[in-house]
Amino acid sequence: MSRISNAFKKGKAFIAFLTAGDPDLKTTEELVFEMERAGADIVELGIPFSDPIAEGPVIQEADLRALASGTTTSKIFDMVKRIREKSKIPLVFLTYMNPVFKYGYDEFFAKCKEVGVDGIIIPDLPFEEQAEVHEFSGKHGIDLVPLVAPTSEDRIKKIAAAAEGYLYVVSSLGVTGIRSEIKTDLKSIIDVAKKTSKVPIAVGFGINTPEQAAKISRIADGVIVGSAIVKIIAENGRVSAKPVGEYVRGMKEAASEAFKPSIPAP
Amino acid sequence: MANGRFGIHGGQYIPETLMNEIQHLEKAYLHYKNDKDFNSELTALLNDYAGRPSLLYYAEKMSRDLGGAKIYLKREDLNHTGSHKINNVLGQVLLAKKMDKTRVIAETGAGQHGVACATAAALLGMECEIFMGKEDTERQKLNVYRMELLGAKVNVVTSGTQTLKDAVSETMRDWVSRVADTHYALGSVMGPHPFPMIVRDFQSVISKEARAQILEIEGKLPAAVIACVGGGSNAMGTFYHFLEDKSVRLIGCEAAGLGVDTEKHAATIAKGTLGIFHGMKSYFCQNSEGQIAPVYSISAGLDYPGIGPEHAHLHDTGRAEYAPVTDEEAVLAFEYLSRTEGIIPAIESAHAVSYAMKIAPSLPKTESIIICLSGRGDKDVAAIAKYRGVNLHE
Repeated sequence: MSRISNAFKKGKAFIAFLTAGDPDLKTTEELVFEMERAGADIVELGIPFSDPIAEGPVIQEADLRALASGTTTSKIFDMVKRIREKSKIPLVFLTYMNPVFKYGYDEFFAKCKEVGVDGIIIPDLPFEEQAEVHEFSGKHGIDLVPLVAPTSEDRIKKIAAAAEGYLYVVSSLGVTGIRSEIKTDLKSIIDVAKKTSKVPIAVGFGINTPEQAAKISRIADGVIVGSAIVKIIAENGRVSAKPVGEYVRGMKEAASEAFKPSIPAP
Repeated sequence: MANGRFGIHGGQYIPETLMNEIQHLEKAYLHYKNDKDFNSELTALLNDYAGRPSLLYYAEKMSRDLGGAKIYLKREDLNHTGSHKINNVLGQVLLAKKMDKTRVIAETGAGQHGVACATAAALLGMECEIFMGKEDTERQKLNVYRMELLGAKVNVVTSGTQTLKDAVSETMRDWVSRVADTHYALGSVMGPHPFPMIVRDFQSVISKEARAQILEIEGKLPAAVIACVGGGSNAMGTFYHFLEDKSVRLIGCEAAGLGVDTEKHAATIAKGTLGIFHGMKSYFCQNSEGQIAPVYSISAGLDYPGIGPEHAHLHDTGRAEYAPVTDEEAVLAFEYLSRTEGIIPAIESAHAVSYAMKIAPSLPKTESIIICLSGRGDKDVAAIAKYRGVNLHE
């Protein structure tokens, strides 16, 4: 049983994203522990990229702050190693093709395995191009978490069938960022994905309120929140632990609420 | 592996949200490419609206002055809107219309592609939005106003380095959020497949004409064809129909800015390394961590940290050569062509003129060189004046 699949065994999973090195790696390390204490089941660590085309302004700025503070892929691996000495929380990288390609696929995924990274999400790696990465992520046993989008339609089944770790369902068109309303018919996407997916299904992009988390967790196995957390870090810098912890606790509770019979099914 | 490869380069490294759309685009393009009505409509637009075929002009004074090979200028600057960009844009906007799109979006650096796109959108009745880096909107104010006059909305991009690379990223972000009614009319032979193929095909009219024209005038092929390269659309269009003519040297001129040994350049082939960005595997100016480097050139149109995948492949195979040309060299060529031939070239095209000036004297007078004069220089006059210490108020 992998750390990722374990995380979905305890009920609905709350998956928290933050950009590694924003504002510095020491703060990121502290925040991972804080989010785990607050109930996060999986942490997605963004490896900052200079030009993240799938991100909205909040995460774009976090990436630039992280790069400005001297964050490198090697230093992130060192941080993961330190976290892994004390914690079993599943850690999933989120980054773009170029930093991974430049590090070298084989070296990158060997290092992931060595320090204890469980999976990776690469927004600019669609199904058709996966083979060149999967050869090495598979060799070292790192889950390649794919994304499906509201426009995926006939592609959902094949993407879901090949999914590892979990399937990342993009809630809305567009880039990452806080949205007041999610209009996509997520249930029908999830229903199609379930037919072929062997892994749990989590929904992300735009989710920021407890109400949204509760609603999503009624139809999905997990809820992914990124920009809302990154925004708190942007506002509080090195003293983000307390507000991030409080926010994650509230969101985790909301995601778990969905189990309680008092809330009628949608 | 997806198709759309040029050797190891190319591919489709884009978010899942765009995959169905881009496959749909490829299918539509492959259909209309061979559609008689589409082609006659496009040819009519190119000839009757854009003013094709463009002249192949013998620069006699310049040739005499340099004392070597005969210099011919492929006058893309005489096209409607003043550059080669219109060739691609008329094709793509017409294609978008056939695909029932109602809105086109595009990135622009110098503003040439943005102006061409706004023009085609006005003519063909499409909504149009252009994304342009803040730095570029400041150095190309006239083009911003031109686009607005043509009815386009210009979005000022303030992310990243606020230049062409960020304009491309923002246009992709816009496309991801509104893909159903929108076509991204990418302006160069870059990005994910099928864009490098589509843009090359629409620009290949340059070499199709130039090859026939030079054979008619000179009775033989040129020794070399030379074009400037940012993403590489005018160069790819200029090279394409000469690819099989192995005796013809194909030379792309990259922006070396303040010099390839400084950090202020955009010379991707000279200084870049293999990477994956903006949907394609190709060469990019980047650091050892794979972070895309801020690039620099006096020319906003060449100020891009990557190069189209087909160029990367032509470099790998040695079929084409790529040479860096500095700001100073380009400005000298800009002034030289203006004085000698009475033609003010775009500062982008001046990079190609500069390299031709370098090699022409060493070639015999019986040989010829074709330079793609990709655009006209009116837009650059204020910037060149500033470079020379003259402050013009636009």
